[in-house]
Amino acid sequence: MRDPNAPAWQLLLVALAVGVLGVWTLFFLANDLVSRFPRVWAERIRPYIFVGPALLLLFAYLIFPTIQTLYFSFLDARSQRWVGWQNYQFAFTDRTMLIAFRNNLLWLLLVTGISVSLGLIIAVLVDRVRWEPLAKSLIFLPMAISFVGASVIWRFVYAFQPPGRPQIGLLNAIWTRLGGDPIGWLQTQPLNTLALIVIMIWLQTGFCMVILSAAVKSVPSELLEAARIDGANEIEIFFQVILPYVSKTIMTVATTVVILVLKVFDIVYVMTSGQFGTEVIANRMYSEMFRFRHFGRGSALAVILLIAVIPVMIGNIRSWRRAQ
Amino acid sequence: MNPTPRSLYLSLSLVLATSLFACAPQSQQPDTPGARQRVTIFGAFVEEDARRFEASMRPFEERTGIQVDYEGSGDFETLITVRMEGGDPPDIIAFPQPGLMMEYAREGRLVDLSEVIDSQQLSQGYRSFWLELGTVDDTLVGVWYRASVKSLVWYPVPQFEEAGYEIPETWDELLALSDQIVADGGTPWCIGIESSGATGWVGTDWIEDILLRTSGPEVYDQWVRNEIPFNDPRVKEAFEKMGEIWLNPDYVLGGTVGILTTPFGDAANPMFEDPPGCYLHRQASFLPVFLPPEVEPGRDIDFFYLPPINPEHGRPVMGAGDVMSMVNDRPEVRQVMEYLATAEAGRAWAEAGGFLSPHNDADLDWYPDDLTRAQAELLRDADTFRFDGSDMMPGAVGTGTFWTGIVDYISGRDLDTVLLEIERSWPRD
Repeated sequence: MRDPNAPAWQLLLVALAVGVLGVWTLFFLANDLVSRFPRVWAERIRPYIFVGPALLLLFAYLIFPTIQTLYFSFLDARSQRWVGWQNYQFAFTDRTMLIAFRNNLLWLLLVTGISVSLGLIIAVLVDRVRWEPLAKSLIFLPMAISFVGASVIWRFVYAFQPPGRPQIGLLNAIWTRLGGDPIGWLQTQPLNTLALIVIMIWLQTGFCMVILSAAVKSVPSELLEAARIDGANEIEIFFQVILPYVSKTIMTVATTVVILVLKVFDIVYVMTSGQFGTEVIANRMYSEMFRFRHFGRGSALAVILLIAVIPVMIGNIRSWRRAQ
Repeated sequence: MNPTPRSLYLSLSLVLATSLFACAPQSQQPDTPGARQRVTIFGAFVEEDARRFEASMRPFEERTGIQVDYEGSGDFETLITVRMEGGDPPDIIAFPQPGLMMEYAREGRLVDLSEVIDSQQLSQGYRSFWLELGTVDDTLVGVWYRASVKSLVWYPVPQFEEAGYEIPETWDELLALSDQIVADGGTPWCIGIESSGATGWVGTDWIEDILLRTSGPEVYDQWVRNEIPFNDPRVKEAFEKMGEIWLNPDYVLGGTVGILTTPFGDAANPMFEDPPGCYLHRQASFLPVFLPPEVEPGRDIDFFYLPPINPEHGRPVMGAGDVMSMVNDRPEVRQVMEYLATAEAGRAWAEAGGFLSPHNDADLDWYPDDLTRAQAELLRDADTFRFDGSDMMPGAVGTGTFWTGIVDYISGRDLDTVLLEIERSWPRD
């Protein structure tokens, strides 16, 4: 089994056999063993037999690394010497880090605000249209594209060629045809950060729309009819009936988007790698770890991201519970 | 709950046991004599380069029976970090630049090569600067496999000759030529530094080439090691010298906006238009890879040596290359390292093209065309050779603030502030 020269299918088969059958057998054996205990004890132990491995894995892959990252964030570049708060001090004073925080905030506000509102507006607008499935599929389509894939697509949209040369980028082709000078969409500040944010909105609007559309459809028709009988117009109905009714779903969708946006990395990494003032926290974390090999700073940034996500996660879990 | 039917899990454990036994004999295989020994190499050559590297290892594999498994990745820095930290290092690492090699050497992860390779072979095969470049704290940890030359200015031959221009021999002549092109109604330079996340590296090459010419190799070495600060007046002078060309809107196609937004690989293309969009383009020996297919290097485009500035520093050459280091000390890995330290190891690649050998005893006849041969001669005849400085600095500077600093300087930020910020980012611990 240790022979690295064995054909891949043999290794795969062995891995499958050990992984699937082995684990299965283990569970069966343990369960049988517990069944031999007195009934009271058996019932007490059995849950741990089944949850135990999952807890163990959770500890090995989630809790232990988190604690280790926290520890590393107080050590120096090579994780050898104790440096106290120095890495955090760097995170909150360095010029590009401040830019990263500003940009992350901008991402949060714009992506969450625009994609949730757009999603809701579209959900309401297409609610009673005959070609609703088609419209929704088209808007939902970008969700199926990976972040990196989307970034590659948008690179072609934003591509730049010097003035007077054929513009291969979609935006610059249109812009120069209208008589403008080609614009470096990804190089000109602060246009470039907005250009990146547009990609995320394009990706996320479909997700918001689908969930919000389900919520909008669940608004009872009696409620709407009653409002109409009372003489409310469609805009009043939207703001005074539909919006309050789906507000919990909006909260849930918004927090999901917030968590996603806090971690934004792929788009920035592929398009600019944080150059030209487009830095975000997650990208800087990657740079510190793998380009600058400063494990202390990288870990500190990871911890900051984690702490930033926690309140949003708690809020999200609460609103899900309430929704249920 | 009913106890599980015993027969079910009995048969399950039986299946498991047989499947374990079935593979048991295989684990004996590696120990049996005659099995091929394997050596893994991890590097940054990908696609065609990877194929050419593998081809150049084939004679060795046939002679010794050792199998060399090469794995390359465009994301070299990330993956090598993951593999080294994860306890799964390759036997040999082909570093595309010595910065990371130096770090690993200081952490004691690389094998001392003076015990692996015959010292006479080394001193005969390499000029001393190559050996110094592979040495960290008096220990040889890397041998150079491939070299490239960066101090080149490319020009479109037919258009250049038609306009009656002559190849400049000094920096002043270079600027005079630029003025003449402007006077003739043309634009002398094509410069493009856009390279997504790596935007800025083109500029660092210019600074390094200029600093070598204005202040000489000793100052250059001190600068690379941060023994003089980044905002030293001599470094500032190099930036300003570059600015004489970069910041002059008459000199550069598209001006500073063009510099920042033109992808470096596309930058030279306007040379081949009628009339040419520009006549001069400073870029390393790899430029032909990026040219349109109808352009024939040697006929349509040629290069000259970026002229000296201060004559007392002679004709220095700035370049880069790939260096091989050994991580795991096994007899078969030693054999591979010994082979990699010979000129012969690069021969097949040299003959296929896209390869300059750092070895003294590499034959100029190996190279497939005059262009490569001229580069090899330039490398051979250089008074001094210096490695790309930004690649030797700590990553936070060399691939971080130095790149951003170039972008900031071109975007019009105050030079003193730019240099001070780079200096401050130098890791102190």
